[in-house]
Amino acid sequence: MSTVMVAKKVKRKWENLPGKNTFCCDGRVMMARQKGVFYLTLFLIVGTCALFFAFECPYLAVNLSPAIPAVGAVLFLFVVAMLFRTSFSDPGVLPRALPEEATFIEMEIEAANGNVPPGQRPPPRIRNVQINNQIVKLKYCYTCKIFRPPRASHCSICDNCVERFDHHCPWVGNCVGKRNYRYFYLFTLSLSLLTIFIFAFDIVHMVMRSVDSGFVGLTGFHTYLISLNQTTNEDIKGSWSGKNRVQNPYSHRNFMKNCCEVLCGPVHPSVLDRRGLMLEGLPGSTNPTAALTHVSKSKNPEAQPTKTKAEHGPDDDVKPDVSTSTTDISGLEKSPSSSEPEMLPSPQDLPPEPPRDNTDCAPGKEDTY
Amino acid sequence: MAETHSLQDIRQQAAIAAKVFIQRDYTNGTVCQFQTKFPSELETRIDKQQFEETVRTLNNLYAEAEKLGGQSYLEGCLACLTAYTIFLCMETHYEKVLKKIGKYIQEQNDKIYAPRGLLLTDPIERGLRVVEITIFEDRSTGSGR
Repeated sequence: MSTVMVAKKVKRKWENLPGKNTFCCDGRVMMARQKGVFYLTLFLIVGTCALFFAFECPYLAVNLSPAIPAVGAVLFLFVVAMLFRTSFSDPGVLPRALPEEATFIEMEIEAANGNVPPGQRPPPRIRNVQINNQIVKLKYCYTCKIFRPPRASHCSICDNCVERFDHHCPWVGNCVGKRNYRYFYLFTLSLSLLTIFIFAFDIVHMVMRSVDSGFVGLTGFHTYLISLNQTTNEDIKGSWSGKNRVQNPYSHRNFMKNCCEVLCGPVHPSVLDRRGLMLEGLPGSTNPTAALTHVSKSKNPEAQPTKTKAEHGPDDDVKPDVSTSTTDISGLEKSPSSSEPEMLPSPQDLPPEPPRDNTDCAPGKEDTY
Repeated sequence: MAETHSLQDIRQQAAIAAKVFIQRDYTNGTVCQFQTKFPSELETRIDKQQFEETVRTLNNLYAEAEKLGGQSYLEGCLACLTAYTIFLCMETHYEKVLKKIGKYIQEQNDKIYAPRGLLLTDPIERGLRVVEITIFEDRSTGSGR
């Protein structure tokens, strides 16, 4: 008997399969339509591992063991193999019913439902099955025209009924069902192991490098000092250890207290007053000697009372004195009303003025100070 | 499909009267089993015993294919260790049993069903959902051959 003579191009069944799958390699590869996220997954895995092999493995292979890149390579290949197996295989798609089968089922349904009066909605197409003493409802799939087996479900993305349907995974670009669930699980498991492997050896690499350069050692050393409330200087000199056996009097004898004091203790303000305003002619200024002579000149009793009067407040009778005295104290800031602490301490600082104090001790005048 | 191709050709010359679909039997779960209930359309064509015998043998063969046991575990573990590359050279146990089933159906068709104007279709061609039995019009000679 003659077999059907084939045309020039052999047409394979996958070209006529309904559903929204894409096929590659002449039907050997079967995937969902949207593959963008799958390419991202592949890029992330391959990219991370490429960086690991390029930058970490040379150091680790030499300094630790060449088994590390070997194991890493095996793990990486396994992950990629499982990913491809999950993504490219048929998850367990149920072929749609051919027309005769669909008609047969429809007739069965109508027979089961009985006569439905026109205008009324027919009851939902459900078939009850008893499985291990439990009633399971089988639903009818309108797209595939079959009663779905138990645990099967229709994937709207791929437009197929899939047996033992788990979920549609965009990361692998395919449904996960009866036929590829184990590969999916092995993929996630091996990927987790690979991630942990790379992470662990990243840490090891970092630690080894920093120990080499003494960075981690320095941090460790100062942590030790803080816990004992010691300074590097004391440690070098051996102030609180060694022959003397003198205890560190500054330590609270408690690790937490020592740490708290150093790290969380009060913030001491600076006593330098770096931003204070500079006054010319004062010891604080550049020519202290000139200020001294200037001020000593003005230290005649004449100037003193005017100054004190000035402290009281600007009175009219004081003004002429103030004006005369201001010529003497021309270098000084002229704001008689303001008590200038910079001015006042400086005359007092001058040693050869003890009698001045007496004059200043005029009752009532001292209050202003 | 290749095995029944020539048979199909002959059959197409005879008119198809009807098709019967033997549904899956889920009472034991999702394992592949077919109902042994004798369809009424075949009453005039074949013995009930013969039909049930055929379906029961098929059920046993599918049970053997899906059996969980030492052999399947060994095959699974070995395949996992080789990242499933071993299946490029080796056939799985299930595939071997499916070949056996194909041969059995061919044999049943040749010996029993074709002389009665019937044709069994391998369930694998229908996604293991149904056993399709094609009923040909009964010619005066009794078979379409």
